[in-house]
Amino acid sequence: MGVGVSPGVVVGPVRRMADPVGRPPAAPPVEPAAREAEAARLVTAMAEVRDDLTARAGRARGAAVEVLEATALMAADPALAAAARERVVARGLRAEAAMWEAAGEVADTLAAVGGYLGERARDVHDVRDRIVAALTGRQAPGVPSPGHPFVLVARDLAPADTATLDPAAVLAIVTEAGGPTSHTAILARSLGIPAVVAATGAADLADGTEVLVDGRAGTVSREVSDADRERVAELARSPRRTFAGRGRTGSGTHVPLLANVGDVAGAEAAAAAGAEGVGLFRTEFCFLDRHDAPSVEEQVAVYAGVLAAFAGRRVVVRTLDAGADKPMPFLMDGDARGEEPNPALGVRGLRTSWRHPDLLDDQLRAVAEAARASAAEVWVMAPMVATADEAESFVARCVAHGLERAGVMVEVPAAALTADAVLAHATFASLGTNDLLQYTTAADRMLPALVGLNDPFQPALLHLVRAACAAGARRSRPVGVCGEAAADPALACVLVGLGATSLSMSPAALPDVAVALEGASDDDCRRAAWAALAAPTAAAARDAVRAALPHLAPLGL
Amino acid sequence: MAQRSVVIASPVGLHARPAAAFAAAAAAAAVPVTIRKVAGGDPVPAASILSVLTLGAACGDEVVLEASGDGADEVLDALAELLATDGTTHEATHEATDGAA
Repeated sequence: MGVGVSPGVVVGPVRRMADPVGRPPAAPPVEPAAREAEAARLVTAMAEVRDDLTARAGRARGAAVEVLEATALMAADPALAAAARERVVARGLRAEAAMWEAAGEVADTLAAVGGYLGERARDVHDVRDRIVAALTGRQAPGVPSPGHPFVLVARDLAPADTATLDPAAVLAIVTEAGGPTSHTAILARSLGIPAVVAATGAADLADGTEVLVDGRAGTVSREVSDADRERVAELARSPRRTFAGRGRTGSGTHVPLLANVGDVAGAEAAAAAGAEGVGLFRTEFCFLDRHDAPSVEEQVAVYAGVLAAFAGRRVVVRTLDAGADKPMPFLMDGDARGEEPNPALGVRGLRTSWRHPDLLDDQLRAVAEAARASAAEVWVMAPMVATADEAESFVARCVAHGLERAGVMVEVPAAALTADAVLAHATFASLGTNDLLQYTTAADRMLPALVGLNDPFQPALLHLVRAACAAGARRSRPVGVCGEAAADPALACVLVGLGATSLSMSPAALPDVAVALEGASDDDCRRAAWAALAAPTAAAARDAVRAALPHLAPLGL
Repeated sequence: MAQRSVVIASPVGLHARPAAAFAAAAAAAAVPVTIRKVAGGDPVPAASILSVLTLGAACGDEVVLEASGDGADEVLDALAELLATDGTTHEATHEATDGAA
């Protein structure tokens, strides 16, 4: 039993993610006569890992290919091989201990440089773990590839694991850790893979066990009946839902269903999935992995690519959302150099522009230039706005660049509570429910122990959403939602009932959200919203909402 | 000993894809090649992606390639060409699952 974060029901065999490889235990020195043979094991293991990674690169697509090719090169790196060999031959270390130490030294060197190279330290650790696993006869770390569809069971998934996850082979994801807004949940929803996180007892699921996973109910069952298998087969046979391209409630009220995208490829995929526009264009990818800020010209080229996919439609561009949690060398100085005691409460989002106003101005210039050359309707918003002052100065800067549609993300409780004053300046607002929730319940959304507090059905979150939407209605300003909550079919109805004027989500979530909304009248949505607001707890809110929206269960939502 | 001096053209420096392409080409070469920064530092094996990365050569930095033996000139010409013309543009990051909002 856990928390269902991505809907769908499947039956399949468990394959566990290998446990992390630890430092090899100390061992007596290898006899001098046996050292050459010990060193030869290194050569074999490194070649084996290189070949495995090369083969994976051949099967992968997109950005994963590049990651895998680079790590394959590292696995057979001659300098690493020489450093490890030296430790075996001169000091008599066992091959695995020699590799652990040699790779650790390389990784430390890279980490000390920081920035892009610091990030590569992770790749070296990954390669080291793979070689040590090969030397000690263990399963390679990372997502297994058994050659047949399986239910992936892991403690938790890291962003790096996503590079090797094949959506066609992974039937469902079950993790012991994680919460509704964890990387695992976001990844699963974006790929449309059913997932259960914070699953108690997942640690006891052995490889090969057949399980029934229900990604909505949050259940993982070892008792699989023939009736279950039949139900799953039936669901698999029914045609996949698609989104026709216009979100509306059962009463016919238009609720634009938009997509969250991070790059040109994502924008094109979102357009193909029928998204009515982009509700959140994250511009960070343009800035990550580099020493210097991108030039205005570089930014224009990237933004133009995203806008081109949505000619005639809305694209909401979020300005750079950097900070101590997403370090960028050209922004890091003083307190922000990864030394803040509370990065989530630090100099991040719009706040980075206080010390680096030029960076924001360059970005706005690039957005404006791309917008002028495009047929898309460009809106711009700032992340992490807390006060009306911040909204006012941001909007003024946008207007100075000719960007009239300027708004703010509401992800700080202060902004939600003073939404009326914020919306006196901002021409629209977009609720980032993931951060808004973690700030409301004071619970880090990455901490598994706090999963219950990061439940988007928390009534406190919904009260803040209501406050922001009410202010928007008073001032006739659109207030949408672009957090993960919008991708949950039941919550989507609640958010519309609270007054959200648009919903933005992973493109994979569009069909389910669209069908859920179409089955609920405006009154149904409002009733579900009131029921949730009146509930004393998140669990009670969830139950009340499901009772108010009886059409969802028969749809399998 | 054959030698080539070349300025790194890739806008991201000798990192990421350019570094991988360079190290892979050097590993496939007929003779061992070293690379060092003109600004200082010891030569490192060009076939080692880890050594090449640690070099930390940025766009506009000048580096020296060295090799000896049969075919050294041809090998260095090809590698220098790779560094001088690399037009690799910035690619999407791998952090594909950055949390929404």
